[in-house]
Amino acid sequence: MKYVDEFRDPELTAQLLHELTTATTRPFRAMEVCGTHTMAIFRSGLRGLLPPEIELISGPGCPVCVTSASHIDAFLQMAELPGTHLAVFGDLFRVPGSNGTTLAHVRAQGAKIDIVYSAMDGLELARQNPTEQVIFPGIGFETTTPGIGASILAARQQNIDNFMVFSTHKTMIPPLMALLGDPALGIDGLLCPGHVSSIIGAAAYQPLAEQYHLSCVVGVFEPTDILHALILMARQINEGRAEVENGYTRAVTWEGNARARAMVSTIFEPVDMEWRGLGTIEGSGLAIKEEYAQFDALSRLSITVPESKEPPGCLCGQILKGITTPPACPLFGSRCTPSSPIGPCMVSSEGTCRAYFTYGNYSEKNLGQNMI
Amino acid sequence: MKDNLSPKTILLDHGSGGLASQELISTLFLRHLGNKVLSALEDSAVIDNQPGRIAFTTDSYVVDPIFFPGGDIGTLAVHGTINDLAMRGARPLVLSLALILEEGLLLTDLERIIISIRDASNDSNVAIVTGDTKVVPRGKADKIFINTSGIGMVAEGVEISSSRALVGDKIILSGSMGDHGITIMTRRAGITLTGDLRSDSMALHTMVQRMLAGLPAGSIHTLRDPTRGGVATSLCEIAGSSGLMIEIEERRIPVRAEVRAACEILGLDPLYLANEGKCLALVAPDVADQALTLMQACPEGAEASIVGTVTSVGSGRVTLKTTIGGTRVITPLHGAPLPRIC
Repeated sequence: MKYVDEFRDPELTAQLLHELTTATTRPFRAMEVCGTHTMAIFRSGLRGLLPPEIELISGPGCPVCVTSASHIDAFLQMAELPGTHLAVFGDLFRVPGSNGTTLAHVRAQGAKIDIVYSAMDGLELARQNPTEQVIFPGIGFETTTPGIGASILAARQQNIDNFMVFSTHKTMIPPLMALLGDPALGIDGLLCPGHVSSIIGAAAYQPLAEQYHLSCVVGVFEPTDILHALILMARQINEGRAEVENGYTRAVTWEGNARARAMVSTIFEPVDMEWRGLGTIEGSGLAIKEEYAQFDALSRLSITVPESKEPPGCLCGQILKGITTPPACPLFGSRCTPSSPIGPCMVSSEGTCRAYFTYGNYSEKNLGQNMI
Repeated sequence: MKDNLSPKTILLDHGSGGLASQELISTLFLRHLGNKVLSALEDSAVIDNQPGRIAFTTDSYVVDPIFFPGGDIGTLAVHGTINDLAMRGARPLVLSLALILEEGLLLTDLERIIISIRDASNDSNVAIVTGDTKVVPRGKADKIFINTSGIGMVAEGVEISSSRALVGDKIILSGSMGDHGITIMTRRAGITLTGDLRSDSMALHTMVQRMLAGLPAGSIHTLRDPTRGGVATSLCEIAGSSGLMIEIEERRIPVRAEVRAACEILGLDPLYLANEGKCLALVAPDVADQALTLMQACPEGAEASIVGTVTSVGSGRVTLKTTIGGTRVITPLHGAPLPRIC
């Protein structure tokens, strides 16, 4: 398949692995920021092929995982209001709120919830069901926000007034700043998210590289892309450089997509945002501006965002910070599995716990065995 | 009498057991599906004694949408149950057909499904010998639910089961995987993709009988049709029930380009997508090439490929050798596959 097979080519992969091994002259620790990185590294089998000197830890870039329990509780409240109809991304469907209830549970009780592929599908649902209040729980980073913003603009243009977004949108740089401020993390490099970078531009990581003396390399999700990014990183680390490099030049520019950013800032404004496991981070979220309040579920509906209560024993917070790995969690693989997840990192197909569980040879009966 | 059918939809009356029911039976079901046994309209079908042991299976079909490229709920109901019999090495003999219809179902839709059932039954040479119809009020079912049960005969010496796989067995997949699952998922999501996505709904018993006839007795150890949960889940079940370790190779597993592309877009793994016309065959290593040739000689198995091996006795783990030479563990499907945010 074009644009896929080239980037999974076994010979090229072998060649790049050789190059990476040669370039890796001392151990280093890198954080792969994005959940898709984590999944791709496991799914392609790359994890077992990398030089042992490279330690990869997963970062906070899984949009479902970092959605706070209080926001999930608010989504559940919206679903249960009379006359509402939720249009949600599939990954949100099984994420438990504070008391373990999921959107799947409330749908089984009669709430109207549809799984959609984009906010535009939600808008279409609103058009088709004019007597219902169709709400799209907006989650995700800079990659998804423009699409959801576009649905708000389209709703205004088309005078669809029964469509609303509950914005819990987040931006990537503030949590990275917050995480990197913690010396316990101790990382040498950052594998920066490919798709987010196509919007914010590689330049966005410049302050991180400078302030924390970090090698920041933008990379995407095919095996050869990841290897290419790690080679760039290994070379920087060898040479003592801490720079921003772009390993995804086919989609990412230094400046990013100014048009998408302008559209987002027309509709949204920065706000303090609660992250699962990381707490509230100043200016890390996006709220819908006053002039678009008619599309803001939070201002139109009587919903309260309760205080978050994390499930007892769940280490998702530490896992999202990269300071713990899933097998260290007492719930992992025993009480918390993809079938009955307790924390969000197990629910999302991009979640770190899910990746470890699915591809890492962990299950109830063989927990503790080595991964392969 | 014809007046009972003049409204274009199914009414509760059609399930009453009264005149409307009889009208539906004679003008629709018997017209298309009638045969000596079914048309007698007895309370049960009596089947002549056959040599061998009896295989008996049942399955219900609730697929949404009811029509899709490559088939419909009717073809699935026939092929699915035939395949369940075939996977034990049975020669399918007869099927039952029970329909639960939602009030308001279009009669034209029902007739289209019945014609599909007729064609699938005729093509497979497996007759429907008994049936039942119920109608439930609107909203109490989704258009049409179908249950089919099947009886087949297992010949002397044929012992095929998930627990009979042996170390060294070669694993053959009869064709490309994920065709049915992705067709249904894209339809359900209202996603139109260019390219020819079609369900693989197909009966496999003829191919299985040819394999049984052409291979030494006892050399086919396990057959499974990887329906819901896909190839991954079926292999995990086989590995689990046989207490064996299985290794498969990604590059040997046939996946059509359209299916791969759709999976990339929707964030799905074809290993977990349903198939409705494919089987996994675990055969003794010395007959693997012969089995492959036999399968490839049948239209059902034209794209068959040896995808893996049973490597050793163990905890029932399935591993995949990835295209780039890495290894990862394959786990059974957890919950329904859902589309991802990114």
